[in-house]
Amino acid sequence: MIDLNPISAWKRLLALPNENRTKTIIVAFLLSAVCAGLVTTATVVLRPIQTQNRAAEEQLRLDQLLSSIPGMSEIVADAGGSALTSVVVDLTEGRAVEGLNSERLQAVLDDPGNWTQLAPEQDTAGIGARPDIAQIFILRDTDRISLLILPILGSGYNGPIRAMLALRGDMNTIAGLTITDQAETPGLGARIEEEEWQAQFAGKQLADEAGMLRFSVTRGSANTEYEVDGITGATRTSNAITRMVRFWVGPDGYGPLIGAVRRGEF
Amino acid sequence: MANTEVFWAKLTNPLVRQNPVTLQILGICSALAVTTTLDTALTMSASLIVVIVASAGIVSLIRHHIPSTIRLIVQIVIVASLVIVIDQFLQAYFFDISQRLSVYVSLITTNCLVLGRTESFARNNPPFVSMTDALGNGLGYALVLTIIGAVRELFGTGRLLGQQLLPTVEQGGWFQPLNLMLLAPSAFFLLGGLVWIVRSLWPEQVEPSEFEAPKAGETGP
Repeated sequence: MIDLNPISAWKRLLALPNENRTKTIIVAFLLSAVCAGLVTTATVVLRPIQTQNRAAEEQLRLDQLLSSIPGMSEIVADAGGSALTSVVVDLTEGRAVEGLNSERLQAVLDDPGNWTQLAPEQDTAGIGARPDIAQIFILRDTDRISLLILPILGSGYNGPIRAMLALRGDMNTIAGLTITDQAETPGLGARIEEEEWQAQFAGKQLADEAGMLRFSVTRGSANTEYEVDGITGATRTSNAITRMVRFWVGPDGYGPLIGAVRRGEF
Repeated sequence: MANTEVFWAKLTNPLVRQNPVTLQILGICSALAVTTTLDTALTMSASLIVVIVASAGIVSLIRHHIPSTIRLIVQIVIVASLVIVIDQFLQAYFFDISQRLSVYVSLITTNCLVLGRTESFARNNPPFVSMTDALGNGLGYALVLTIIGAVRELFGTGRLLGQQLLPTVEQGGWFQPLNLMLLAPSAFFLLGGLVWIVRSLWPEQVEPSEFEAPKAGETGP
């Protein structure tokens, strides 16, 4: 006759010697279950707050970027304060995607089918794959676009660098750049987070009259309107910034979108 | 009361005399990584104290039923689960600091300090004394991190907890920040200095040298 009373079964289990194989397996199983429950609860319960934090962080960076652009506050004030609109764009086609809000965007981005693998020679930013859609921010001045804010990504020295690049209406003048996420060496590469360094980007040109992409973060100090001072001791971080800016304004990045804006199709 | 004295000794011994970082040289990895500023050092210390005390308590509670064949895995699973919970908590309520601590909170899992206490002490002792011992060791670790973090932040940036104490040259003051302090090697130097001070005060902690250095001028055959 098997004793089915759970309490006495539990007592018998505890009374087993610790070397017993059954007890070992049951203890391992119970422990795993309890720990899994603990971890899952913490993750699920705290996720909404974490998502909120990330969104707030993004918004804060965006506000900082806007306030760091010279003359920006007047433009926003003229347009009534809420002129900045968020648009989801198709990078390959260079046009807006209808009916996709920021909540649905995450679900779309989770699908690997919506990413384009980059060949090594294309992949100058070192990101491996590029999403086909991206959420950008646009500021309109009457019927023209006066500012385009593009999230960009590249691999730095210690990990990915995320940034927001703001372009003026001519699509060739940088209005500003802000780093939203980086893990570079503190005191060296991490200085890309400093406002003084980021302030140099305002007014720099991307390409010359012939359409040749000339923008770069130089070694040492900048001499031309296409250059930004490099950071001493952080050559690889500086190069990473050059490459990611060039990649994202190039044909595999926001190139088609920038072309559409230039032609006035956007 | 003798009992209180035992607890008191368990709590205070690891602070300086038996400090897990300076005596046993445990938990070095995180001591290097998170001490560039004082607030990250403090957050890391608080997280470690919570994890070490809770894991010591849990391991001690189930100590009679941990099969010895899988005891290390059991301990690591408990520690790792607690670490994930702490990490999620920090990401939810201390987002800014958790961004700067990045992976190092998760690395508490592999901090030998935590596993060392559960394996060598909590596994053989009742919960309350285990937790006291864990708290003492956690505080000892926190003390070292706080000292290194404070020195690195003060001399690396002239700030302490974000407050500018030494006006830097860039801001028109006199202090030239030591960039070395923000890099990992400086933590090694400071830690080495701390170990030196502690072992000068308690010479019995000095380990016998394992190798005899060859005499100068001696050459092989």
